[in-house]
Amino acid sequence: MAILLVCLGGLHLAVLTAGFLSPYDVAQQDRELPFAPPTRIHFIDGQGITRWRPFVCLLAEDPGQFGVYHEDIQKCFPIRFLVKGTSYRWGGVFESSRHLFGVDPPARLFLMGTDGFGRDLFSRFLYGGQISLSAGLLASLLSLALGTLLGMASGFYGGWLDAAIMRFGELFIALPWLYLLFALRAFLPLNVSPARAFLLLIAVIGTVGWARPARLIRGVVLSGKKQHYVLAARIFGGSGVYVMRRHILPQTYSIIVTQAVLLVPQYILAEVTLSFLGLGVGEPVPSWGNMLASLQQYHVMVSYWWMLLPGIALVPVFLGYVLLANVLRVPGHVRV
Amino acid sequence: MRYLGLRFLQSIFVLLGVSLLSFIFLELAPGDFFDEIRLNPQISGATVTNLRKQYGLDQPLPRRYVRWVNSAARGQLGFSFAYNAPVAPLLWARSRNTLLLTGSATILAWLIALPLGIMSAARRHGWIHHLCALLTSTLLATPDLLLALGFLFLAVHFHWFHAGGMFSREGAAEGTWAQSKDLAAHLVLPVAVLVLGSLPILLRHTRAAMLEVLDSAYVRAARGHGISRWRILFRHALPAAINPLVSLFGFSLGSLLSASLLTEVVMSWPGLGPLLLEAVLARDIYVVIGAVVFSTLFLVLGTLVADVLLFAADPRIRGTGIRTTAIRTKGLA
Repeated sequence: MAILLVCLGGLHLAVLTAGFLSPYDVAQQDRELPFAPPTRIHFIDGQGITRWRPFVCLLAEDPGQFGVYHEDIQKCFPIRFLVKGTSYRWGGVFESSRHLFGVDPPARLFLMGTDGFGRDLFSRFLYGGQISLSAGLLASLLSLALGTLLGMASGFYGGWLDAAIMRFGELFIALPWLYLLFALRAFLPLNVSPARAFLLLIAVIGTVGWARPARLIRGVVLSGKKQHYVLAARIFGGSGVYVMRRHILPQTYSIIVTQAVLLVPQYILAEVTLSFLGLGVGEPVPSWGNMLASLQQYHVMVSYWWMLLPGIALVPVFLGYVLLANVLRVPGHVRV
Repeated sequence: MRYLGLRFLQSIFVLLGVSLLSFIFLELAPGDFFDEIRLNPQISGATVTNLRKQYGLDQPLPRRYVRWVNSAARGQLGFSFAYNAPVAPLLWARSRNTLLLTGSATILAWLIALPLGIMSAARRHGWIHHLCALLTSTLLATPDLLLALGFLFLAVHFHWFHAGGMFSREGAAEGTWAQSKDLAAHLVLPVAVLVLGSLPILLRHTRAAMLEVLDSAYVRAARGHGISRWRILFRHALPAAINPLVSLFGFSLGSLLSASLLTEVVMSWPGLGPLLLEAVLARDIYVVIGAVVFSTLFLVLGTLVADVLLFAADPRIRGTGIRTTAIRTKGLA
């Protein structure tokens, strides 16, 4: 459990500090090096001597062939740590230009290779995580807030309000979620700036999923409002809103937390899917979804295997959440 | 019978509700199909206004909805702007392909999940269980999108099967037998993606349902009577455990349809997926609504089939009449 949380936390932290960890800026293009494969990191130089510091070699395009490269083993550049590079902001406030690692120009260090514009996929993956993860987290927050509000109202007041909310929620649950997402997206403007697209996306994804948490929370409220101390609070004259906030809401916390663990990866995936299909956050802003979008082109799929790497790098993120959900389900581990 | 009738009525209400909801969202949305046309300098504003009038887009929402329900009752589901044709026949041609895909995937997934789930429940700490646990965790953590892309990548690299599309080039295969062979070869990849995508959830539920029954007192009693292991598993435990699984069958269709939407786009399978995506990008609103209604229809039909099956499989339900169905969507665990 602790290890899991540390791993997941580390992943999120890595994404949060993308500016520091990534060697290049997301928009920095190397027009000389489109579709460069992941840079090979060497330990043994041309004379067969092991160097204590790993190094990379200068990459050059084969004459007359597009996207085929060879290493110039004579020109070696050691990997340095805490190098100066393009400036970025720590959490949007402090400006800094130190990067954790990098190499001196003209050599380049592409851990995951580059895309068709010669942009570093590793840097884009880290920055893309900022979009995708925050979309997932914010959308779950929205969903849970909506679900808690409606679920509590539904369970507490009962009657026609309960019936109306629950029937309405069933409509949302009855639909296959991706169709629903598509439909909602279809009704919103298509050509918008990445920032607005991001907000739209959160709104759409968050609204689609409110019904399931609402049902669960309604169930908790139904049994919770019959608890003796809740009844006592009412008898002492506590208003409905006060009782709900003070006495019933805390009972729903465990449901909210477990639901969040389920919702966040689902919503990250929703963002990835929509952006992949060109309905989400668009270029030039990277997101995990639109980084994979170029794989829809046949020649990219055939020739450049490293374009799949950002997709494979998603697996640990999802695995973390899945395992966390597993652990949380085990009785005795409900607390976080 | 009364129970089934009620369920049927409920389904119709769900369908109406979904379509109404779509229409309300449509009304809230800025812009429509003709916005693109308006940008064309060769088409005058008057023409666009006329076009909008012709397609009835200038009328208020309630009237448009009534018109749409009318057209749905006539089996048309509105009119597509982009294809200039009624929506229903368009969707019907595509959804047959989607149904073929999801149908084969469902059957295959259950054929794999049932025995595996039963075996992993029967030998609680056996190697099958550990294998299944590993498989489910890995597959749960792998997004469908990645599965589809990965399979496509492997297929393209190693020239496995036929990647993309539904048939080879026209005339490549003659005769019914050759054509079905061709179709099957194209089916392999998308079906594999869908099966692997839905397998973990089915496996988990099968195992959980079986474990619950196997822990019950009557199974212990049966074991005490010396009834053989296999007989207990398949004669005594499985029929009791089948109830939640049949419900799951209905619900799993929903997530399968979603997964299939994505897989179809990635593997260019001519199903509802690519059509819907095009319609979203072109703002061909009635096609979008139609596709959503179609998918709901499939889901509702699936749940109905599951209900009928439950009715047949579980004497407890036959006895009590109306069962409150808890509709669940795809949970990750």
